[in-house]
Amino acid sequence: MKRAFSLNRHLAQRLGFSLLTLMAIMTVVPIIAVVAYILTQGSPAISWEFLSAVPREGMRAGGILPAIIGTFYLTLGTAVFSVPLGIAAAIYLSEYAPDNRLTRLIRIAIINLSGIPSVVYGLFGLGLFVLFLQFGTSILAASLTLSIMTLPVIISTAEEALRAVPQAFRTVSISLGATQWQTIRRIVLPQAIPGIITGVILGLERAAGETAPILFTGAAFFLPRLPNSPFDATMALPYHLFVISTQVPEMPIKIQYGTALVLLAFVLSMNLIATAIRSRARAKRQW
Amino acid sequence: MQKTLNWREYIITRAVKVSGYSSIVFVALIFFFLLREGLPTLAEVKLANLFSIRWYPIENYFGILPLITGSLIVTVGAALIAIPFGIGTAVYIAEIAPRWMREILKPLVELLGGLPSVVLGFLGILVAAPYLRTLLNLPTGLTALTGSLLLGGISIPTIVSIAEDALDAVPRSYREGAWALGATKWQTIWRVTLPAARSGVLTAVMLGIGRAVGETMTVMMVTGNAPVLAIYPSSLFSPVRTMTATIAAEMGEVANGSVHYHTLFFIGMVLFLISLAVNVAAASVVFRTKKRAERILS
Repeated sequence: MKRAFSLNRHLAQRLGFSLLTLMAIMTVVPIIAVVAYILTQGSPAISWEFLSAVPREGMRAGGILPAIIGTFYLTLGTAVFSVPLGIAAAIYLSEYAPDNRLTRLIRIAIINLSGIPSVVYGLFGLGLFVLFLQFGTSILAASLTLSIMTLPVIISTAEEALRAVPQAFRTVSISLGATQWQTIRRIVLPQAIPGIITGVILGLERAAGETAPILFTGAAFFLPRLPNSPFDATMALPYHLFVISTQVPEMPIKIQYGTALVLLAFVLSMNLIATAIRSRARAKRQW
Repeated sequence: MQKTLNWREYIITRAVKVSGYSSIVFVALIFFFLLREGLPTLAEVKLANLFSIRWYPIENYFGILPLITGSLIVTVGAALIAIPFGIGTAVYIAEIAPRWMREILKPLVELLGGLPSVVLGFLGILVAAPYLRTLLNLPTGLTALTGSLLLGGISIPTIVSIAEDALDAVPRSYREGAWALGATKWQTIWRVTLPAARSGVLTAVMLGIGRAVGETMTVMMVTGNAPVLAIYPSSLFSPVRTMTATIAAEMGEVANGSVHYHTLFFIGMVLFLISLAVNVAAASVVFRTKKRAERILS
């Protein structure tokens, strides 16, 4: 009797473990399949012309250079606004903020920002930047919209990196006569910088792949030239993929997969860089 | 010298503090602009029209019920997929997987979180929809089910990473205690570790569902966008249209300040309030359990 019981519970464990292993595999295999599929289907489309020419014949031929450059500008524009603001906010939360109601309100606001649907950011960007501030549908308006969307990612990862720096570092620095800002600037920040950079790249990666926030704030359906001011609208890779896969009839499938591959490569290389920085910093860390 | 340094430090400290408050300002600004552009709807569209079952803006039918039910059915489908797989994967990574496996799985799940939703929608159109159409013998593959499947995949990384953090935070001594009493690893997971981490797991599920409600591009591309009331089980196998997809698809073509424009902002306002409710609820679960833990410790 007792033996049967113990056999049963060990059997249950084996069954349970197998089930969970299977679930994990079923979660992960599609991810690899998606990346591999886009890679194999898209690579025949990649050529020098595809990467360096403007679209021709109603986007059915030629290259996607304006979309690549556009996504690059949007990512850069997002970084200009969200990186300084995000890091400063993280410094405030980790080094200055008292434990009170207001700080808790800030944290709830950050959680909310990260949960707001991307298309609602698009509406907000349209209402505030495009119409109210009259930036028009432009790189500037789209970058500002994407910045606010990226902010919570940057703040929370940067704060985590700052908090991971041992308290003793700060105590010693202050006791040697440094002011609080000197301590942050020369002691805490340098230690936290790899973690902060990882967070920044992960945030920008999301911005680079987003479509909905730029739909009405800065994305152009078709613009066969490069934008030359922040007040120009621009093509962008994610929006371009959406357009050619749903809005343009008789679009060659090769170009669609090629565009998907370039977008994926753009985003995944940012992901890889972030992961590499993080694991290198972890290996080198002495505390 | 000393004086200029202090003056500079004062300015920097001020700037850092102001940046700290910026998140509150942005949430308020977003809400303000959604109200400003969305509330006029209530004056322009009769309530009976707004809460009717017909969405046909060209003829001034602004019934948002089909859109709400569309979002609901796709989200419920996504949750049914994402909750078991998300929690299962999190438990596997946190409790069962050997170290080397964990080092492979975690970045892969993170990668899924970083895949642009437009790429998944693109593959949904070209691969998932035709496959499901022939498999289930449907007139079209662009259905709520296709949307649910892809959305489930999109929500999984959110659930996995938060649930895994919660499981990791359970003190090792809890597990050791259970093992010492003769429990198997499996019993320990079910009866000790998961219950101890339940508030974190609950947060993970809520935020995952929040992510599914707000997802736009994928659902717009694969759910077929038919604004019909989706309240029957068979609706899962027919095209539906979500709130997010409606905004994304129609905002580009409306005149600024028109009734249609205001109604789309009104839908955005509803979405904002849903995500606000989900996130405040999720945050308060975390804060409450923290408080309880502090009370026990003090």
